[in-house]
Amino acid sequence: MSVDPKFYLALSFALFSIGAVGLLVRRNVLVMFMCVELMLNAANLAFVTFARKLNDVGGQSMVFFVLVVAAAEVVVGLGIVVAIFRRRRGATADDFHLMKG
Amino acid sequence: MTAAVLAHLVPLVAGASAVDATTFAVAALTVLVGAAGVIFARNPVHAALMLVMTLFGVAVLFVEQQANFLAAVQVIVYAGAIVVLFLFVIMFLGVDKQDDLEHDPLRGQRPLAYVLVGLVLAAMVVLGVTTHWDTGARSVAGVARDSAHPQSDVAVLGKSVFTTYLFPFEITAALLVIAVVGAVVLARRSAAEAQGDDRDDAEMGEDPDGPGTTGSGGPEDGMPAYDGDVQEVTS
Amino acid sequence: MTSPLLATDPLFAHGVHWPELLIVVVKVVVAFGALLVAVMMMIWFERKVISDMQARIGPNRAGPYGLLQSMADGIKLFFKEDLIPDQADRVVFRLAPYLSILPAFLSFAIVPVGGFVTISHHTFELQVADPPIGILFLLAMSSLSVYGVMLAGWSSGSKYPLLGAVRAAAQMISYEAAMGMSVIMVVLLAGTLSTRGIVLHQSQTFFGSWNLVRTGIVPFLIFFVAITAETNRPPFDLVEADSELVGGFNTEYSSLRFALFYLAEFMNTITMSAVVVTLFLGGPDGPTAHVPVLSWLIPVGWFLGKTLIFLFAAVWLRGALPRLRYDQLMDLGWKVLIPVSLGWLLIVASALVWHWWCLVVAAALAVLGGLLWRSVRVGAARMADGDPAGGVVVR
Repeated sequence: MSVDPKFYLALSFALFSIGAVGLLVRRNVLVMFMCVELMLNAANLAFVTFARKLNDVGGQSMVFFVLVVAAAEVVVGLGIVVAIFRRRRGATADDFHLMKG
Repeated sequence: MTAAVLAHLVPLVAGASAVDATTFAVAALTVLVGAAGVIFARNPVHAALMLVMTLFGVAVLFVEQQANFLAAVQVIVYAGAIVVLFLFVIMFLGVDKQDDLEHDPLRGQRPLAYVLVGLVLAAMVVLGVTTHWDTGARSVAGVARDSAHPQSDVAVLGKSVFTTYLFPFEITAALLVIAVVGAVVLARRSAAEAQGDDRDDAEMGEDPDGPGTTGSGGPEDGMPAYDGDVQEVTS
Repeated sequence: MTSPLLATDPLFAHGVHWPELLIVVVKVVVAFGALLVAVMMMIWFERKVISDMQARIGPNRAGPYGLLQSMADGIKLFFKEDLIPDQADRVVFRLAPYLSILPAFLSFAIVPVGGFVTISHHTFELQVADPPIGILFLLAMSSLSVYGVMLAGWSSGSKYPLLGAVRAAAQMISYEAAMGMSVIMVVLLAGTLSTRGIVLHQSQTFFGSWNLVRTGIVPFLIFFVAITAETNRPPFDLVEADSELVGGFNTEYSSLRFALFYLAEFMNTITMSAVVVTLFLGGPDGPTAHVPVLSWLIPVGWFLGKTLIFLFAAVWLRGALPRLRYDQLMDLGWKVLIPVSLGWLLIVASALVWHWWCLVVAAALAVLGGLLWRSVRVGAARMADGDPAGGVVVR
């Protein structure tokens, strides 16, 4: 018998919150990106937990899609970061208003 | 293996075998410490390493919940590709300096962030505890584990993805292609920029400064083929 | 309760008790010891073969035929001063060697070294672990091995190691894709991810049922090139390229930490050779004879013999080929290996479903590939003319 799903969900909540705090507090774009990954992982954990709890493979399939979307998101996101850093060195999230044409 | 040993030693959580409880505790601690490390590490490279630690913890929790395939994919995709990409960009851009965590350009942003997230967390916990989220519906999208016909999780997941979720699967394929093309477009230089320098820009990451310094070399020197862009040779 | 990761091993069919535990511990210890000895022999072997190819003698002082040379080197490194550069990131600098040796050893755990052995009613596989996701575990470990190299280069706080680190990241991600694709073809045929299952699937007829033949030789070639790049062996050793980057990612390392990197590199070479044998050459498969007690040794002998071929090939490549230029490396990975493996994957998959109709698929792929190649050529010509929009002259 495994650990009760409640514990997994609690952990997932905590992980999501930590990610959210990081996203709001940090100014380094790359670290903010990593915090988004933390939040996605929290969601994944919850999905897998529910897949086990409800004996439903749909939860696991969702994690599969989240992984793919995360990969796509990082590729484009880092592409944008690189493109911006070519114009301005040491840019933080505060400098991104420059994208307004 | 250690299962038998530990099973007699540390009964930790009621209803769960000691091995599972111990595994969960260790993995959960890894996840939380790693996650805290990501947001408190001053150096982006350290943050990335802490992220890897978190991802490992999550992968262990996947295995613990019989999602072996997802655990493997989690390590391959996240730790093996995404974080490496992060590290690559950090090193390539030379932004591996210490971040200033004290200085706060937007006054009051931090306390506000903590309060907001605290509220969200409280809401999640309250909803989780008070509401009846378990409606009793089981196996809506398909049975994950059938004790009568035991199958590996790979087979079950594969069947689900290629039947029930075939359309989303095709869409994600399109999404990946779009992402790759988008990254190439973002990363490539215009023809005018490309005229200036030689072919030696395939030699990437021309950053004369090591870690701990504010990098001053340049992305201007050339773009990396970091996601396999194909423009280098055609330009 | 057994972990779901170990569920398929016949050893655990009747639960886990002390004898099973003992067997597992012995397996781990023996595998680790054997791998370490193999690394020492491999270093000697490489130096001897290379020196033969270059018409010189090579190590011949320590022990008979210089066999103990690697041990002497190890002892020397052990007693050297351990330096940490001033600019280094101390924590990561210390961590990196272990990050590089750990995946190297762990991935060997899934390689089936021999058949089944029964000792007093306990039947077990000659392989450290046989998880149901076996080959994915290998991919996971090989994708983690990049961390050791990358972090070592970065944390040294010096520019040549940093260049090595950046190269390592790009190179290893690029070749991971082609490698995974060729593994998928093997998995498609075997219908299982477990390495034991893959080996059993190949053991019907000698040679004829090996994946080398069954998948067509192409995936094997792709896989071999990809693992050579993954393990940073010559001619893909741009990560350490001594003539360009001083010593690459490990320039600043000395003493035991350097020895660990060295160990990891050779351990990776051995493990990957063993994996090629497992995936494409049937692992321990081969004709056996019935010998009273020792008949389990014959498959092990087959396995070692096949692995030795690839170890020799690795050394041979180092002796024969010059190092690739960086853009050549990327071109090979992204423009040759990945498209070819994608196309071949399509052919293998259609052969499984439609049998001989896969030839139609192959023909269609050839036409499409030709068109694609032509269009890339035209595009390149237009770019060379400084008119990427096209519409003017097409060579």
